[in-house]
Amino acid sequence: MSDFEAIVQSYERSGGNAHFLRSPKVASLVVSGNEVLGSNEIAGVHLTSEQLPDGVRAKVVVEPGVRIDTPVHLCFGVLPKEGVQRIVSEFAIGDGARAEFLAHCTFPNAVRVVHLMEATIHVGRDASMAYRETHYHGEEGGVEVIPKAQVTVDEGGKFATEFALTHGRVGKLAFDYVVDVAAGGVAELVTKAYGSGDDAISIKETIRLNGEGARGLARARIAVRDQATSEVYGTTEGNAAFARGHIDCVEIVRDDAIANAVPVVKVTNPQAYVTHEAAIGTVDKKELETLMARGLDEERAVDVIVRGMLEG
Amino acid sequence: MNDGPILQVEDLHLKRGDKEVLRGVTMDIQAGQVYGLLGRNGSGKSSLAYALMGCAGYAPSAGRILFEGQEVTELSITERARLGMTLAWQDPARFEGLKVKDYLGLGMREPAPALMEEALEAVDLAPCDYMTRPVDDALSGGERKRIELAAIYAMRPRLVMLDEPDSGIDVLSLEEVARLIRRLAEQGTAVLLITHRDEMVPVADVAALMCEGEIVQVGEPQEMREYYAERCRPCEVANLVEPVGGVYERL
Repeated sequence: MSDFEAIVQSYERSGGNAHFLRSPKVASLVVSGNEVLGSNEIAGVHLTSEQLPDGVRAKVVVEPGVRIDTPVHLCFGVLPKEGVQRIVSEFAIGDGARAEFLAHCTFPNAVRVVHLMEATIHVGRDASMAYRETHYHGEEGGVEVIPKAQVTVDEGGKFATEFALTHGRVGKLAFDYVVDVAAGGVAELVTKAYGSGDDAISIKETIRLNGEGARGLARARIAVRDQATSEVYGTTEGNAAFARGHIDCVEIVRDDAIANAVPVVKVTNPQAYVTHEAAIGTVDKKELETLMARGLDEERAVDVIVRGMLEG
Repeated sequence: MNDGPILQVEDLHLKRGDKEVLRGVTMDIQAGQVYGLLGRNGSGKSSLAYALMGCAGYAPSAGRILFEGQEVTELSITERARLGMTLAWQDPARFEGLKVKDYLGLGMREPAPALMEEALEAVDLAPCDYMTRPVDDALSGGERKRIELAAIYAMRPRLVMLDEPDSGIDVLSLEEVARLIRRLAEQGTAVLLITHRDEMVPVADVAALMCEGEIVQVGEPQEMREYYAERCRPCEVANLVEPVGGVYERL
């Protein structure tokens, strides 16, 4: 089996649809280790890549005014049991453009794999970018993933991202996104993770609402069990008039797991308004008993509640 | 096959902290019967339902619960549910991300789309509008209440305890709730209807009055309704203004 077929197979196991990686009508990029196995451009979307000793540098440019109907599909993976993969990426979404990205990162055989993502993202004026990223780290817990992004959203632009790592083990996750939002812009960050064993989850999200009327939402949904740990640091700054921000964090803790949340709200303009809510604890008793009263045993009831929170 | 009552409660006592909230409750419910339990807030109705279902913190200090002749006093909620008992809470739980169709399917032996649609229609909700919506805060309290009742309808239990099914639903819909209860009974489900609204009582086959953790009167629904409407006072008021010389004074 070729490396391309192997990574595509793994991509499908992590929830991706391989049809899109093979279609000439869909922009896509497939990277295994430090090799670019596939790259497809479409009108208005340019993908360039360069091999690095330990990964790949990639640039994605969406021309101004271009509206992509089918999401750009990205597949990053490491198939061997051990290795390091560093993805240095740059996304430039032109003014008025609209693009959606579906990224799958898969490390199905990982025993000791490190995956670093260093992204720079620029969303132009009145442009819109949605980035949905799904990870699968196998069942060993031997993956360390460090996704970092610096995001700039221009006036009227919109940036939405969802990071999900809800199946298999997490390993170590250190997620760190910083988003600067200009006037009338919107940023929405959603992170979901389910840790077990000795997994360690760290989520840092910073949204700086710098322009008038900018809006931001940071939402985290985390579940941990066994001896897993999670830390969620959400910071939202209201630095301009009529900026509106909200941090919403829910963490479900079971067994000997430990979770903490540190929401930080900072307002430097008296006309800005930023709020936060955080709830950490075990599964809600009424939810649990309601499902048990339908005949589910406790384990299954907890699973339904956690899966609903993470996958809904 | 048990030919006796589907539910027998014998001298059930329950303490919550220092307070005895159930004080020797004894009752029988027959298969397919609608048993109306009337009482003011704080009289112990919901505590009785939680104790019957086996909810955490509501283990009886004395007494027995039998379901279809089998003692279930020590069984878990799940075990009771698998025997055919269930409970609909007064304020239904919210489930982030759990879709209505999945929620309905959880209690069904074999999740059948046609029965799910029938269940939603039975509570006057259009299936196409609700099936894929999550059972969360985006739904109004009334909508969640209806979905809870639809879940019971789809589950087809042998016995359901409906805790204030009429609360949070507008007055015009009380008739719909009553119709649903009758449909459940016609399908063979016994219903313990817990309410403090006497308008709901006519739907029952038999009614009882509960006061301060005791069932103090059982009889014809109309008789119980009139008695309740004319004489019952909130427990705390009754304790303050009326002499405590017996059941009727307290009521």
